[in-house]
Amino acid sequence: MSEKNTTQKDDIIIRTHNITKVYVLGSVEKVYALRGISVEVRRGEYLSILGPSGSGKSTFFNMVGALDRPTEGHVMVDGYNLQTLNQKQLAWIRCHKMGYIFQQFNLIQTMTALENVALPRIFAGEKPEDAREQAAEILKVVGLGHRMTHLPSQVSGGQQQRIAIARALVNKPSIILADEPTGNLDLKTGEEIIALLGEMKERFGITIITATHDMKMLSASDTVVWIKDGRADRVAHKGEFNVSIGTIDGKTLA
Amino acid sequence: MDENKAIIPEQQQVSWLVTVQVSWAGIKRRFFRSLITMSGVVLAIAFLTYMQLQNVIVKGLIKADDQVLNVLLQKAGVDIYSGDSSDRMMLLLIILSLLACLVGIVNSMLMSVTERIKEIGTLKCLGALDGFIIRSYFIESSMQGVAGTALGCVIGLVVALSAALSNYGRYVFPNLAYGGVFLALLLSFLVGTMLSIVAAILPAYMAAKKQPVDAMRVEE
Repeated sequence: MSEKNTTQKDDIIIRTHNITKVYVLGSVEKVYALRGISVEVRRGEYLSILGPSGSGKSTFFNMVGALDRPTEGHVMVDGYNLQTLNQKQLAWIRCHKMGYIFQQFNLIQTMTALENVALPRIFAGEKPEDAREQAAEILKVVGLGHRMTHLPSQVSGGQQQRIAIARALVNKPSIILADEPTGNLDLKTGEEIIALLGEMKERFGITIITATHDMKMLSASDTVVWIKDGRADRVAHKGEFNVSIGTIDGKTLA
Repeated sequence: MDENKAIIPEQQQVSWLVTVQVSWAGIKRRFFRSLITMSGVVLAIAFLTYMQLQNVIVKGLIKADDQVLNVLLQKAGVDIYSGDSSDRMMLLLIILSLLACLVGIVNSMLMSVTERIKEIGTLKCLGALDGFIIRSYFIESSMQGVAGTALGCVIGLVVALSAALSNYGRYVFPNLAYGGVFLALLLSFLVGTMLSIVAAILPAYMAAKKQPVDAMRVEE
């Protein structure tokens, strides 16, 4: 993150520069979801975005993930300015550079685990049979080798999220974006998913960005950004924030 | 972090063949939902076909100007002497059935797409191009449209002929204008398939044009 920026330029995978997002309601009323956020994320970092509902946390997350365009400012991902890209280039970035994980899992309900995981490979131009082979391998990595031909409705929530993680990983992205990945899971399953994410980060050297309320996810984070009223209220690195049971003692931070 | 580090390639379109392969899995597993969508098309087209064919059949019988047949026609409530005004009446009825058909088909196709708009957003996150989404909805809706329309045409034809046969018996076939029957079936077929495809592709296209996050925000 910016305040500890002694690393090499090339180690920065994401840089947002003063991004704002304004929603115009009706003809005059403007809602400022983001009021200028500038952060930097290092390659291989585990970053958590924290903030109450309505703080702009999700909006910021979507901008970083190339899922939405800011009103002003720009987002650099792996050296590319997202604002200068056309729709097909953005699709390429989403397909090859990013992996997305959602609170609601967002699996395609009519496709089996294997078909879901194979989809990003097919979009990347792989032949369907090769895509399925690669999908099978990654499903084994996340521990679902025995559930490949099941539909999402036939497996548990935790297993659905594992399918989603496999789907996010299958194109070997540089960045995983996880929006409340444990929000729909029970405590134990949530912990398993966090552990899996951490393991994948180590194994594939992926940068992980999560928007979360989950305190368990904070303890796994390298960096935490608190978003409040559309601004980056506070940035803290591992060891600088205290996670106690149920609450975060934010006030003790400098 | 220079902007000119390298030019990002454009995502390549998935071929038609692969799109069919990918879509087929979904179509297969949504079979019963597809049947419900299709039944909307079937009913609408059967109604439109029936109205048109009834018109063709009755016109042919009036033209025959047979005494026994005229009595049968009047018994069935056909005004055989008013000519133009009854033509206009029939045309009005056909236009009305066309409208009912339009609403029926658009409604069932629209439903089957809007309930999956969130899925369109997810596909875009995975790297799908708008073209892939439009193609896959084209494949699905044209299959439903063609199958539903064909079935609707057959049902409309069978019902119209059996009703005519029960009213006018042996007079029906000798006085039938086969060209008119063909045109009526052709119109039904075109209306059914075109409407099904347009009513499915338009909302899919609009959803695909959105930013992925806006599509995913749609409540199911």
